Amino acid sequence: MIVIIDYGMGNLFSIQSALHYLGAQSIISSDPHRINNADKLILPGVGSFYKAMSNLKATNLDEVVKEPVIKKNTPILGICLGMQLLCSSSTEDGFSYGLGLIDCPVERFSENKFVNLKIPHVGFDTVTITKKNKLFDGLDSRADFYFTHSYRMAYTDQLYVTGTCSHGEQFIAAFAKEHICGTQFHPEKSQTNGLVLLKNFIEKF
Amino acid sequence: MISKRIIPCLDVRDGKLTKGIKFKGNVDIGDPVEVAREYYEQGADEIVFYDITASSEGRNIMIDVVKRVAQTIFIPFSVGGGIRNVEDMRRVIMAGAEKVSVNSAAVDDPSIITEGARAFGSQCIVLGMDVKKVKVSEKIPSGYEIVIHGGRKYTGIDALWWAKEAQSLGAGEICLNSIDADGTQEGYELNLTSLISDNVQIPVIASGGAGKPKDLADVLTKGRADAALIASMVHYRTYTITEIKQYLKEHEIKTRMLW
Repeated sequence: MIVIIDYGMGNLFSIQSALHYLGAQSIISSDPHRINNADKLILPGVGSFYKAMSNLKATNLDEVVKEPVIKKNTPILGICLGMQLLCSSSTEDGFSYGLGLIDCPVERFSENKFVNLKIPHVGFDTVTITKKNKLFDGLDSRADFYFTHSYRMAYTDQLYVTGTCSHGEQFIAAFAKEHICGTQFHPEKSQTNGLVLLKNFIEKF
Repeated sequence: MISKRIIPCLDVRDGKLTKGIKFKGNVDIGDPVEVAREYYEQGADEIVFYDITASSEGRNIMIDVVKRVAQTIFIPFSVGGGIRNVEDMRRVIMAGAEKVSVNSAAVDDPSIITEGARAFGSQCIVLGMDVKKVKVSEKIPSGYEIVIHGGRKYTGIDALWWAKEAQSLGAGEICLNSIDADGTQEGYELNLTSLISDNVQIPVIASGGAGKPKDLADVLTKGRADAALIASMVHYRTYTITEIKQYLKEHEIKTRMLW
């Protein structure tokens, strides 16, 4: 059973619908027992990092989520804000620490005074797959996905980086560190490409 | 580089399309979910549903429509019309919509933008603006005034000021509708669109006036819009979204291509 972690942020029904479409069973839950016994975890989320971390901490869900991921190697996919929450920190709404499963800070897009760069970065953009990973099996090395965000993980040459995208600057669009995966884009809203990626997460992790 | 978005808009009343849409074989389709699926398959990047239902009973039907849409298409979609408070927003978001748009409710009480952004994030909140060209005055220095109630009521609010204000209140996008161009199929209001787009940092979706693919090319280049809303030109099957995107590609405008 895949558990979509519910911590009171965002549209969980879309993710569940996509999983259902792919024939995977899932539940939306914040129950520690279910999270601990899940086959796979999905950490969704839209909105503010600070508020999301406060929500997670208020119910001790931060520790509940980390435990199976660290102790049992339960695969986890963070989507959009969920990806960012797996990181070490963010400056959105003031500095706050994240779950720290990936050692990378999250910051706002750098502003460029010479270009009227639209923020949030909204719409379909092309992800360049920089490192072969089973998450991207069956996709071209450049594939379009749907993004909507104002904060990002700046590009680094760390090994966990599997896909990059550019919006005034290069940033990390996807990572996979063994069983810990994240996508800045929304696979559940990226038509065929997104469904292929979710299917890979369901079947290959 | 981000792709320009092509967004069909569907008007819904009591869970049905207000005008049936004719597809292959001239079959009249009144089900918004089926039409959304058709546009999804053609390569629409998002879909906008505009709910013109008046009754609360009709609104509950709309929530079911939203749920069915979320189970059928896997691209973002937004719901507008009749959203008066955060609770209205929550209902459509929990049913599977990515975004909600507020229009006259935000004019009446701008705090709905801030409260919505705080509850769901700015990316969820689209400010819909209906705009009419007027004489430049001290009150309306841009020469564009915000109107509400389908263009019947002038508000005395300058459109450029309101766009910037909505951005600072927390709106994540602006859907900019020219009442003058709306329904003409003679092209978008390019001056208005570039004026607003150049002066805000959030994306601008141009609306009103699309009749042919060149109109989209113009608004996405000269109008500097980030996305283009379309209605009649696809509803009447004059063009498919695939054809529009092919035209844009030939004119070196980047959109997401399915094939």
